[in-house]
Amino acid sequence: MSKKDTELKPKPAPESGKGFSRRGFLGTSTAAGAVGSGLMEQTAEAAQGAGGKGITLAGETEITLNINGQPRKVTVEPRTTLLDALRDRMEVTGAKRVCDRGTCGACSVIVNGKVSYGCTMLAIDAQGKRIQTIEGFGNHPVINAFVQHDGLQCGYCTPGMVVAAKALLDRNPRPSSQEILEGMGGNLCRCGTYVGIKQAVAEAAKELRGGRNA
Amino acid sequence: MQAFEYANPMTVKDAVALLGASWTDANVLAGGTDQLSLMKDYIHTPKRLVNIKNIKELAGIRKAGGNLRIGATVTLDELIDNREVRMAFPSLVSAARGVGSPQIKNMGTVGGDLCQRPRCWYFRNGFGLLAQKNGRSLVDDGQNEFHAIFSQGPAKFVSASSLAPALAALGATVTIAGPNGTRSVDVASFFVAPSSDQQREVDLKPNEIVTQVLVPMSGAKNASYEVRLKDGLDWPYAAAAVALRMKGSTVESARVVLGHVGPTPVVAEGAASALAGKSITEEVAAQAGESAVQGAHPLSGNAYKVQLAKTAVKRALMEAVKRA
Repeated sequence: MSKKDTELKPKPAPESGKGFSRRGFLGTSTAAGAVGSGLMEQTAEAAQGAGGKGITLAGETEITLNINGQPRKVTVEPRTTLLDALRDRMEVTGAKRVCDRGTCGACSVIVNGKVSYGCTMLAIDAQGKRIQTIEGFGNHPVINAFVQHDGLQCGYCTPGMVVAAKALLDRNPRPSSQEILEGMGGNLCRCGTYVGIKQAVAEAAKELRGGRNA
Repeated sequence: MQAFEYANPMTVKDAVALLGASWTDANVLAGGTDQLSLMKDYIHTPKRLVNIKNIKELAGIRKAGGNLRIGATVTLDELIDNREVRMAFPSLVSAARGVGSPQIKNMGTVGGDLCQRPRCWYFRNGFGLLAQKNGRSLVDDGQNEFHAIFSQGPAKFVSASSLAPALAALGATVTIAGPNGTRSVDVASFFVAPSSDQQREVDLKPNEIVTQVLVPMSGAKNASYEVRLKDGLDWPYAAAAVALRMKGSTVESARVVLGHVGPTPVVAEGAASALAGKSITEEVAAQAGESAVQGAHPLSGNAYKVQLAKTAVKRALMEAVKRA
């Protein structure tokens, strides 16, 4: 999506404890954040990566993540979530940080073919896995269906909804009405556009089957 | 969340060696759906996190003797999709489906479902497991609509596990590995009501790991039913799981377990005796529901849960006998 997608530019760690982390804010304060955190003093005990006989890892480490089919290098701490690595350190900002507690689904990404919450997965745990974000969807019919059926109002939940919908249809090309509800059960829309979302998913399923109803 | 050291062992032995004597030394990371949220809220502040997802011996579902052996890191999605589980244990499938979020089902594990911490909002906001302030229960005096109707001593939270009632009804056991080898505990006694904030709600020490669940393949008819606010991600108001050993259409013996109404799954002995020797009709099922809630003591805001628990028992029983 963004041309920055393929650049390898890890940013300094902006996280500090309970720190506030909005991208716009961080854009002007990453240096202060990194110094303030005191985490830069930590040494990477095993920079070669975690594995083997209980090798431990602390402090910042460079890892490689497979994002939308591309290997991307990024520097993370053990506590960096996949979502924060994507958004704050790789400029892959389609997945949104809303509840940050594995409840709302705005951070949804597809990991090894299964829809997952980016906010409750550690970036280091995502090494070696295929991570698909909405940036890699191209002109997937789900996206157009959300537009056609007004499956959004403010739009903040939408990338997560689209990711969950695609994951559902990848797995079940012919979902029943109940299966659509179940498939979208991990995503919240506070504007309450569920009717449009449900129609959009059903329509996208039909579209993906070549316009056939049966 | 607080910075921590990350460990990625490949064997249970190494994992146990990486854990410590206290809960702040090290915690286990499996699906992470609860653990990482607890760490973000500073409810858990481990110095080390031990990832157990790459330990092969903790994965997979297979028959073992007369049991179905379910590895601790089997995800809820794998559990729901497993052929043996679907054939023998519809109560487990329905309980796992009740979790409601595909993301949690894809990430969350069987061991993690059992070990997840209570959802009590006082606990989640840092007031401790027993939610007391100056010796008084915040739950008694405060917002308690989702709390226990079967309190045990000072413990008024409800057990959050979705699978525990079904596993307890099926007579499953949990295998736990520690520094001195492994031990086995009935699912029903794995859950304990703590009498102090220093205790946990499960029988697990800081240096132990749940490795598997063994579910006896006894042929018992089983089902579970959750009374829920919504289909999507949430915990039920009340749940019931039943397992019935039948002789023709007569119940030879029954196990009835209530979920989300007490700090542990509540084994309803009264309901089980009420069912023995009977054929399940709607009346018999309703009677068992009545028996199951004998001894319930609702708090100021949750008397409604008594009726929901009764209904859950009745519907689980009707579901169990509906199956051929």
